[in-house]
Amino acid sequence: MIRAEHISKSFGDRRALTDITAVFEPGKTNLIIGKSGSGKTVFLKCLVGLLDVDEGEIYYNDVPFTRLDFRRKKELRQQMGMLFQGSALFDSMTVEENVRFPLDMFTGMSYQEKLDRVNFCLDRVNILNSNRLFPSELSGGMKKRVAIARAIVLKPRFLFCDEPNSGLDPKTSIVIDELIREITVELNMTTIVNTHDMNSVMENGEKIIFIEEGEKCWEGNRNEILKSDCSKLNDFVFANSLARQLKDSPR
Amino acid sequence: MFRFLSGFGSYWILLGRVFARPEKHSIYYRQTMKELVSLGLRSIGIVTIISFFMGAVITLQTAYNTENPIYPTYLIGLGARDSIILEFSSTIVALILAGKVGSNIASEIGTMRVTEQIDALELMGVNSASYIILPKVVATVLFNPFLTLISIITGIIGGWIVGTSAGVITSQDYIYGIQYAFIPYYITYSIIKTVFFAFIISTVSAHQGYHVEGGSLEVGRASTKAVVYSSVTILLFNVILTQLLLS
Repeated sequence: MIRAEHISKSFGDRRALTDITAVFEPGKTNLIIGKSGSGKTVFLKCLVGLLDVDEGEIYYNDVPFTRLDFRRKKELRQQMGMLFQGSALFDSMTVEENVRFPLDMFTGMSYQEKLDRVNFCLDRVNILNSNRLFPSELSGGMKKRVAIARAIVLKPRFLFCDEPNSGLDPKTSIVIDELIREITVELNMTTIVNTHDMNSVMENGEKIIFIEEGEKCWEGNRNEILKSDCSKLNDFVFANSLARQLKDSPR
Repeated sequence: MFRFLSGFGSYWILLGRVFARPEKHSIYYRQTMKELVSLGLRSIGIVTIISFFMGAVITLQTAYNTENPIYPTYLIGLGARDSIILEFSSTIVALILAGKVGSNIASEIGTMRVTEQIDALELMGVNSASYIILPKVVATVLFNPFLTLISIITGIIGGWIVGTSAGVITSQDYIYGIQYAFIPYYITYSIIKTVFFAFIISTVSAHQGYHVEGGSLEVGRASTKAVVYSSVTILLFNVILTQLLLS
């Protein structure tokens, strides 16, 4: 479980996050939604420690992450996996080397053991016979899947996904969403997904937090989101004409 | 002024992280070998070509500027040798490498920054500064002295071939000149300067790349800044080291 309490963050005079409190539960796909520039990525980066918070506290299973020293933070980070918006695969490494990298860095496994684990993870994300390819030779969807394989190779307890569907066609987006949901249940991870893709919200939203201009405006699940009376949330959810027509149409 | 001080401070903080204890020596060793090929071996071509022609030009210019019956012609060889060893093969080659290697380092690291590869390393718990930069520093500091030696040899050969072909000096005079009053310490001086310059090129360029914010445009700017800042720092340290080592 991840607990964020009263998180605030500023960049100079610009306030990016204001007093956000949220709890993210294990075995569930927790979503952070909001418009572009609303502060979702800043919040996610604060949660994983890539940005330091100005105020507030973050707990990983009751361990106060923000107060940990560098060494203990590093240990905890080995229990985290992250899927970045642009996949963030290492350009100079092949698919196999990318996925093997955390194993090389943090385990004493033999080469064969590492290879077996890499192949298992690549199989799990349906990447076959691509071990020797470089990231530049992969499609957007394949890059995301390799990035997921790299994120789960150390069997993390916490998975973070920043806009996993960005730049993907709707069909591939659904495949990635399903993959994230299945892996979350399989590994009983606490998964947090940043998204503004409403399809993802309706498919994966077991717990949803809506952020607007750096503030948490609404919290609920996919069943509650369509019935909410939060005007800012409704503006976001029903932004496109098709969604508005669906909302206005008689049931 | 504030920007300069802030940049200077962040440079030293970055160095502190670069020289932290490596997480896994075998991986750092492998990275260093890769960088030796990428930053060192792949620079041999340009250093050889430039040194050959610069050696030739230094010899010809020395010859035309010492056209006087009072001066013995072997002084052309001596002048070319000392110019190449003392200044050309260390400082000028370092400036050339600041352009080639420095921009390479800054753009590579800058691209890693804007594509979140550095964030990915940090999130895994890897000291990204050390993992990315240390192998580059080690590779350049170890290999650049060899480039300097190659440059000295090629420069002197270039001067000999072109000087004798142009008829400004005989082969015997040139060979006598390059051996005449030779001070071996000049080679040591040149190598010491090269080691300092290699450190400057790799760390200043890495600092520029590591702190890129934005996109491809900023990566390009960082690459340009890396070359400019490295070059200016090299020239400044050239003065300081010359005073310290030759006075």
